[in-house]
Amino acid sequence: MKIMLVDDSRTIRNIQKNVLKQLGHTDIVEAADGVEALARFNEQVPDLMLIDWNMPNMDGLTLVQKIRQQNKIVPMIMVTTEAEKSRVIEAIKAGVNNYCVKPFTCESLGEKIEQTIAKVAASR
Amino acid sequence: MDVRFINAFVGAIQHVLRTMCSFEVKIGKPFLKTDSNPCADVSGVIGFSGDATGSIVLDLSFDVASKLATAFAGVEITPEHEGFADAIGELCNMVAGNAKKEVGEGLNISISLPNVITGKDHSVAASRTTQHIVIPCRTDAGAFYVEVGMVMGKNSAASRQVAAAGANS
Repeated sequence: MKIMLVDDSRTIRNIQKNVLKQLGHTDIVEAADGVEALARFNEQVPDLMLIDWNMPNMDGLTLVQKIRQQNKIVPMIMVTTEAEKSRVIEAIKAGVNNYCVKPFTCESLGEKIEQTIAKVAASR
Repeated sequence: MDVRFINAFVGAIQHVLRTMCSFEVKIGKPFLKTDSNPCADVSGVIGFSGDATGSIVLDLSFDVASKLATAFAGVEITPEHEGFADAIGELCNMVAGNAKKEVGEGLNISISLPNVITGKDHSVAASRTTQHIVIPCRTDAGAFYVEVGMVMGKNSAASRQVAAAGANS
């Protein structure tokens, strides 16, 4: 399973990589903003994406909207400090499958990832 | 500045450092910022815009910043490490984001991307338009300060809520 991590913080991407390793996922690609993520997405569609909201060049919400215009299937989890209900609703309307608020524990992020993968597998 | 804002930031600092760094934060008595205090070696800065404007500044010594960044990243992060500013900026981002939620669910407040300033014994100039409160914090990693300044926009939904609450009280 190829998983793309999109976050402008390398520290966060490293923490996410460690969580994914613990869950047995090692095929990981990284992007530091929406523009880079979209370019990588167009090269090869990943099986799961973890996307930050506030990033330079292109924010996560715009990225989700752009991806959903061309791909309705790829599962996306928004991982962000944006914690208000209105933001969660906005992200879900844009097309994310799950939402994880920072700060997160490794356990809580792991649960969101496994939930999302299981839901997508069940729907196929 | 409304005391409810201070409580929102205190809660956010404690929540973020407990969750991401496993540090409990003891809060000291807040005081008004002046041009000369506090001094720091590392400052993480984030601005607020929209229904409320202002900023939050995390003021840390190199030693405390290094300990927090190391606990956060899970690997040793010295001030010379390439990920040092990134780690401090992201911690600041989490505190700002969580405080924003507590300040006002339903408000439209945006946060900027974090900036991190380093330099021995620097201070971040106080805003001329927003009074900043300094929140002293103490952890097992050492002491640090959080400067917070936030005001509601005159035409914001929050101002209307406050005005309505005042009229009804």
